[in-house]
Amino acid sequence: MNQSAPPLKQTSLHARHVAHGARMVPFGGWEMPVEYTGIAAEHLLVRTRAGLFDVSHMGELELAGRDALAAIQYLTSNDASRLSLGQIQYSALTTPEGTFVDDVLVYRLADEHFLLVVNAANIEKDFAWIRRHTADRGDVVLVNTSNRYALLALQGPAASDILQPLTGIELASLKYYWYAHGEVAGVRGFISRTGYTGEEGFEIFVPPAAAERVWNALLEAGTEFDLRPCGLGARDTLRLEAAMRLYGQDIDETTTVLEADLGWVIGWSKDDFLGADRLRAQKTEGVPRKLVGFEIEERGIARHGYDVYLNGVKAGVVTSGTQTPFLKKAIGLAYLPAGDAVVDRVFEVDVRGRRVAARVVPLPFYKRPRSER
Amino acid sequence: MYPADLKYTNDHEWLRSQNDGHAEVGITDYAQQQLGDVVFVELPEVGRAVAQGEAFGTIESVKAVSELFAPVAGEVTAVNTELQQHPEQMNANPHAAWIIKLRIANAAETDTLLSSERYTEMVGEKG
Repeated sequence: MNQSAPPLKQTSLHARHVAHGARMVPFGGWEMPVEYTGIAAEHLLVRTRAGLFDVSHMGELELAGRDALAAIQYLTSNDASRLSLGQIQYSALTTPEGTFVDDVLVYRLADEHFLLVVNAANIEKDFAWIRRHTADRGDVVLVNTSNRYALLALQGPAASDILQPLTGIELASLKYYWYAHGEVAGVRGFISRTGYTGEEGFEIFVPPAAAERVWNALLEAGTEFDLRPCGLGARDTLRLEAAMRLYGQDIDETTTVLEADLGWVIGWSKDDFLGADRLRAQKTEGVPRKLVGFEIEERGIARHGYDVYLNGVKAGVVTSGTQTPFLKKAIGLAYLPAGDAVVDRVFEVDVRGRRVAARVVPLPFYKRPRSER
Repeated sequence: MYPADLKYTNDHEWLRSQNDGHAEVGITDYAQQQLGDVVFVELPEVGRAVAQGEAFGTIESVKAVSELFAPVAGEVTAVNTELQQHPEQMNANPHAAWIIKLRIANAAETDTLLSSERYTEMVGEKG
């Protein structure tokens, strides 16, 4: 018999995905819907109306205690002391080399209580890392609460109109990267104005046992707005248009926060944190390479792992690439030598043996139009 | 579903023989379903000789890259450049959207291909 991999985990909405006719694929140890009707149609739906994603595979780790803030400050690059209760920040869980253990969202649940939303494939790794690095850092309790939450992402310009009738939370006053506790379709949970699509939208945390009720209520409320379930395939092309980094492709334990061009998530003025020395040195001396966005100028599509050439010499690698359904261009992210990581620099990508011209462009590729409200 | 006048390969291409020793080649409905939205096709040069089973081009969907294989040996006599502008035709109408035309080198090779019944059985088992 063949050696079998550990069984794939299923979210509480698995049966709904199968019933909706989703194509299910393994992702980060989970069996997840990659598409329902098609990646391009789902992508366009989120840009123009709204789409509903099951992202319950994402992990949640909570830190609480008198020294929880100090622990978060030590473990992550951003300055969590600036977080008010109810506020969220994007941050890096850093190694001593200033690279990524993971990229995370930090929610301040209370003065001494934080929730980290982490990547599905990194839950166990992050938990072990945080436990090891907080063992001698005072009064901090770490709990993996991933199986207490189902996470639904409602994304698109119609998201507010769909969600508002189902909740008492006043969505218009919920600012970007803030959350609020309340009920959704009669289920206790919390809603954050966050997402991984570059679009207006919300992420909804509810108990897994009630996820199906919320899922169904959202789809019903969204009927008049053409709301449909969307898969991880569209989530990936949407996040790439918005230039949001993907852990395991664009960032990992070999890329520093500055090389990933995410200096804005570094709290330079705060006390020591893991990787601070390396990042401060890179800030002073400059980075050897930097992540850039590019467009392909000829026929061809760059993909993850394709080599990058400058003046005929291999100089970097494509970390993400696709043909985007909305912008209808072949775009991607790549690491280039810092001196060449400038807008309009032309380079070549090796597309399966063919050298194709690409040009560095400003990020993000897509920015949503400002709301008229 | 799978037209009876076409012959099929295990790699999910189809071949439509014409009376003059030429044939059109495309991808099957099953192939386009598996690929999802086709966004790019790389075509061979006209005049190129291909062996049976040889890769003659590539097709890309939003997520995946897939090679195209010649169902039979022959010389490429035409390529459907319209697909470069409208690759979605391969999703919308896969059995009409031909990719290349071949002058068949050895007519006996077409007998090695699958009938629509056999192909339907094969993809049905995967379904």
